[in-house]
Amino acid sequence: MESVVFYIFATAAVLGGVMCILQRSPVASALWLMSTMFSLAALYVLLGAELIGAFQVLVYVGAVLVLFLFVVMLLNLGQRSNDLRGPSGIAAALVIAGLLGIELLAVWRYTPSRLAAEVAQGPAMLDASAAFPAGQAMRQAAAHNVVQSVAEPLFRTYLIPFEITSVLLLAALVGAVVLAKRRI
Amino acid sequence: MTLFQETAAAAPAPGAIGLAWLLLALPMAGFVINGALSIWRPRAKGAVSVVGPAVLIASFAVAVAIVLQLWQASPEAPYILRLWTWLPVDTLRIEFALQIDQLAAVMMLVITGVGSLIHIFSVGYMRTDDGYARYFAYLNLFVAFMLVLVLGSSMPVMFIGWEGVGLCSYLLIGFWFNDKANADAGKKAFIVNRIGDVGFLVAMFATWQVAGTLDFAGVTAWASAHPELAGSGVITAITLFMFLGCTGKSAQIPLYVWLPDAMAGPTPVSALIHAATMVTAGVYLVVRTSVLFSMAPLTSTVVAGIGALTALFAATIGLRQYDIKKVLAYSTVSQLGYMFLGVGTGAYAAGVFHLVTHAFFKALLFLGAGSVIHAMHHAYHATHSHDDAQDMRNMGGLRRAMPWTFALMGIATLAIAGFPGLSGFFSKDEILAGAFARGGEQPIYYLFYGMGLLAALLTAFYMARLMTMTFLGPNRTGEAERAHLHEAPWIMIGPLVVLGILSLVGGAINLPPLVGGGAGLEHWLEPVTAPAARFFRLEEPHGSTELFLVGAAVAIGLLGLAWGYLASSRRAIVPAREAAPETGFWRAVYHKYYVDELYDAVIVRPLLWISRVLLWGVVDKGLVDGAAVNGSARLSRGLGWIGSRLQTGQVGVYVVLFLVGALWVLRVVVG
Amino acid sequence: MEPTRFLGPSLALSAILFTLGVAGVLLRRNAIILFMCVELMLNAVNLTFVALAQVYGVEGWVMVFFVMTVAAAEAAVGLAIILAIFRHRQSVDLANINLLQG
Repeated sequence: MESVVFYIFATAAVLGGVMCILQRSPVASALWLMSTMFSLAALYVLLGAELIGAFQVLVYVGAVLVLFLFVVMLLNLGQRSNDLRGPSGIAAALVIAGLLGIELLAVWRYTPSRLAAEVAQGPAMLDASAAFPAGQAMRQAAAHNVVQSVAEPLFRTYLIPFEITSVLLLAALVGAVVLAKRRI
Repeated sequence: MTLFQETAAAAPAPGAIGLAWLLLALPMAGFVINGALSIWRPRAKGAVSVVGPAVLIASFAVAVAIVLQLWQASPEAPYILRLWTWLPVDTLRIEFALQIDQLAAVMMLVITGVGSLIHIFSVGYMRTDDGYARYFAYLNLFVAFMLVLVLGSSMPVMFIGWEGVGLCSYLLIGFWFNDKANADAGKKAFIVNRIGDVGFLVAMFATWQVAGTLDFAGVTAWASAHPELAGSGVITAITLFMFLGCTGKSAQIPLYVWLPDAMAGPTPVSALIHAATMVTAGVYLVVRTSVLFSMAPLTSTVVAGIGALTALFAATIGLRQYDIKKVLAYSTVSQLGYMFLGVGTGAYAAGVFHLVTHAFFKALLFLGAGSVIHAMHHAYHATHSHDDAQDMRNMGGLRRAMPWTFALMGIATLAIAGFPGLSGFFSKDEILAGAFARGGEQPIYYLFYGMGLLAALLTAFYMARLMTMTFLGPNRTGEAERAHLHEAPWIMIGPLVVLGILSLVGGAINLPPLVGGGAGLEHWLEPVTAPAARFFRLEEPHGSTELFLVGAAVAIGLLGLAWGYLASSRRAIVPAREAAPETGFWRAVYHKYYVDELYDAVIVRPLLWISRVLLWGVVDKGLVDGAAVNGSARLSRGLGWIGSRLQTGQVGVYVVLFLVGALWVLRVVVG
Repeated sequence: MEPTRFLGPSLALSAILFTLGVAGVLLRRNAIILFMCVELMLNAVNLTFVALAQVYGVEGWVMVFFVMTVAAAEAAVGLAIILAIFRHRQSVDLANINLLQG
């Protein structure tokens, strides 16, 4: 049952991605991308990350894509215009993307045990079995509540990156205002 | 600063020996003061006249105190004064240390003693020169380096002094650098010395490689602990390279050519550096490492052979020189040959003995010649004549004008010619006797003995010729100039008198048993030569053989003197500007057998050709400039052109390139 | 419930989405769609993080938060830049934009 749901959403995500890059209208592209985001949110829930799924909907669908749609409308780019590259460009793009896909798709057969075996061959990891107690995240999430289990590392181990990220957001905020305003 | 943390000898360095660093510090301070004066107060000749000789005399006093202390202690092992650690590199640990032993004592007495006399002489001789302060600065610096050379406890420290005296020699030869010939002579001395220094360096590297130490004490201990290496190839190679260094510094065949040219410097410099001290550094080095040389019989034979050959060869050139300093220069080369004959024979004490007596009488000869040149120069200066003040053909009859100089140079002449009872007689006789004695084992030493004896004859001849042409007979200086010839001031004659006394009685330090002496110097040096004596001990002749040898030497010396006087006084000599050029064989001798021309044709010109055509034309212009410099410029310009083509400003192109790179990295990493 | 689910398929889906994003960047010239494709790629990476968080622990989720923040910031600044460029050139076609050429 779950795998059926997984594959349905996976197909929806791929379809959304394909349509996103093929649609001429930016508005249509944005809407197809939105469907991909929703599918991914569903997949996150399936993978045991309900919190991430919720944030996916809130941040990406609710904020980022709406921002995209605003800009598209602001610039009045709603009309259809052909912005595909020429034949040679398309061929090059397909070749490069194809090679990349082939290389990346090698992860298709990955299972936790295979991952553990491969990592164990690496120099750093000493005890693969101890390093990979299966279902880590969910076990941690079950032990505490979900938010606490995420907040713990975020505000302890990754406190400084977290603070830096907030500075980054502030910089982006100021930068966006400065760039977008006609006259300050 | 603790001046000596420890000493190699069990006993701590007593009293004055601990002050040995003063020996170096005093002349160095003199150099600094005089150097500062020469830059900021070039006219302050009074201060220079005090500081220059004073530091030397103080240094001499320290040396005397040290030697007295050493006399009382008479230690078997040298005192080592570690001043500071100079090069601590892994297992190589070179201390800047001074080594005080009997050999160093002899050398420092000679250097500071004769050096003091020459400094005092210089006050009179150089007084009118514009570079007076600079001259004394260099001279003080030279003495400091020379003391480093003889006091250094290891080869690298000695090498500092070795190079330092070479530098001072260069500076003083080219002291009057306004004349290109003088500057060229300085360069020649410097470059020829560098060739020898390479030999010394190679010897040093090889010693480090096999012995693992560069301290003289350590090397001696190592050699004594490895008697099985005696006669081995490695010891022979080390000593041969070392001797190459000696031939450069001590002007032996084939590197002697710089010393006659070095006479371009002021005459007291010739006396101090190019007769009494620096040029004997090679002899000192051989004696210092005598244990190695006695372990290499082949090298010893080479040393003795080169020494004998140089003694004879240089003496023949001296026969036909007219420049008074050139005669003395070739005489120095010849006498240095004697010293090498001595140390090559294994008579190390005899070599040092001759070094000391030679320092006395040759310094006296040079200073006497300086006095003569001083007078001649003033005479010509007074009449604005441009004749050569150093040419003996322009002299003659000077004994009337300069009786003191004549008498003192006469003593030196008798000493160098081996007149019985004078210093040179004993030392030269001992060397010749040693060579003769070793002939019993290796017959080739009979040949060396014969060459030495012949050289003694020639020495007596050219010295008698020099004296005759300079002081006897009619005066040829010129009518107007004759009245201006006068004796040098007392400050110049004083040192001459002291040196004259030393030349007379200097032999007393090592009187042979034959005349009732105790061979003092030989016993004094025994702690130094004992390790060498374990490998080779020269059996000195006794009885009738010794009497015969002495008789032969005396006869030869007297014969040479008489022959030289007769040959020179009978010939009518004309002043230099009227003299006809030499002909026949004497022409070749006058031109020093064209050795300089030969070196020029065989070594210098091919080297220049290789440098100009091959190195400059092909390697430098073609490879370095063409391929490397311009080539890399073209390469970067080409690469830059490609890069600029890539910079289209189109984000798409960048993305494609970026992705291609990412793909490639992925390929490599994921593999 | 098995502890780790859909690891291989999730990673494969992530690979497909990432490749689609790359293809989109290469194919399109519209700057806004390019940004969407970049967002698509970032989402693909997020999927990888979430999938592997099942194995490695909640640190993967933390990384997703960081990626989301950076993506939001990037979208804001990037779209502002596009606005500024559009005002000058009346176009968002990358073929017309070569300000990067020095």
